[in-house]
Amino acid sequence: MSDHSISMTINGRRQTGTVEARTSLGDFLRMDAGYTGVHLGCEHGVCGACTVVVDGRAVRSCLVLAVQADGSEVTTVEGLADPEGTLHPVQQAMRDSHGLQCGFCTPGVVMTFAALTAEDCKPTEDELIAAMSGHICRCTGYQGIRKAAKILVEGGAA
Amino acid sequence: MKPAPFDYVAPRTIEEALRVLAEAGGGATVIAGGQTLMPLLNLRMSQPFILVDINGIEGFSGVTRIDGGTRIGPATRQADALQDTILARHLPAFVKALSHVGHHQTRNRGTVGGSIALGEPAAEMPATAVALGATIEIASVRGTRRVPAREFYVGPYMTVLEPDELVTGIVYPDWPESHHVLFREVAQRPGDFALVGMVGAAVVESGTVGRAGLAWFGMGPTPVAMVQLEAALVGKSLDDLDPDALAATAIADTAPFDDHHASAEYRRTVGRRTFARTLREALSLREPA
Ligand code: FES
Ligand code: FES
Repeated sequence: MSDHSISMTINGRRQTGTVEARTSLGDFLRMDAGYTGVHLGCEHGVCGACTVVVDGRAVRSCLVLAVQADGSEVTTVEGLADPEGTLHPVQQAMRDSHGLQCGFCTPGVVMTFAALTAEDCKPTEDELIAAMSGHICRCTGYQGIRKAAKILVEGGAA
Repeated sequence: MKPAPFDYVAPRTIEEALRVLAEAGGGATVIAGGQTLMPLLNLRMSQPFILVDINGIEGFSGVTRIDGGTRIGPATRQADALQDTILARHLPAFVKALSHVGHHQTRNRGTVGGSIALGEPAAEMPATAVALGATIEIASVRGTRRVPAREFYVGPYMTVLEPDELVTGIVYPDWPESHHVLFREVAQRPGDFALVGMVGAAVVESGTVGRAGLAWFGMGPTPVAMVQLEAALVGKSLDDLDPDALAATAIADTAPFDDHHASAEYRRTVGRRTFARTLREALSLREPA
């Protein structure tokens, strides 16, 4: 079993560490880097709770090895709000539309929407809803999340 | 739900990757996007000694036009292939099928070659390679070979790949630009593996079917080429096509199974109806009276 020194940028800060080859990115983010907003549910790619943004794309952090993310730029839900606490547009939309209840699935959902609405991307509502198929929410019945998607498209999220 | 320990290497060249695979004597597993393999590792259904990450190998991703076809590098991300202009123009059936592979989040990471090399029987990519007549390029320290996709799959997650071999490319022959795309998938939720699915292409020249390549997924232990159907279709005039009769021929080669999602009988019934409807729509055939 090989150990690997890795280094990545997480929410704008450089994080280094030594990991076993088998350590998932999700475990590295939670256990080594302390970003417990990354929620691990199923750990086999089904639930979407662990979704983070790696180099601009939403991916499941339980299905990426930490060593594979060496040198990457990673954003977790902790990296969205600005330091004064102003919510990211996706967070605000989820809040305004009651898109969460227990909050377990929420960081994953928010990261998918954040990646899809980043910078110049102009997703359609249908694209956001289609991407939601990669997330399971046992609480909300999804209607609040759909409403958030609508707000993001109509409000032209930055 | 954590993988058993393993070593990890990320070779930069094909030669290096092949050497590691040869030296591992069967104990190595190749990882590309990991979207199929990582669950197997996490569930400890796969326990390799060493993981060979091919993502960093030079020239392993991207789509290129070659003489008479299109070549896809094995580590090409599914999300990138979905946006690719060459594929959109030359392989619309491939792109259509690809849009049904997994979810947005898994396509961002998953690769075309990974899906094809692993051979999940209900997955879209293996069946698409079979349907369109793709050839799999394979290398090992012993040399290279090319295997038609129709001879590549031997069982669920079982292919003709030897433990020291690596898929280095997938080549799809050209279909005339006017060809028709046939695709339909029945799944419980978007992104789930298909209960029943079919994919393919057909060329119609002056009212007659000139060429057809079709396959099922989720209808047997491997993707299933509709060999008898293709023979029945080619040379026929559109006016003589009876989609319901052809549907019976189309499922003749299948061997669907019972599992907790659906029975074999369900798959056959839905398969027949799916086929007839898809053929009618794709070739604009008359509805039955
Ligand atoms: S924990 Fe990663 S998809 Fe469920
Ligand atoms: S808010 Fe509880 S799982 Fe989605």
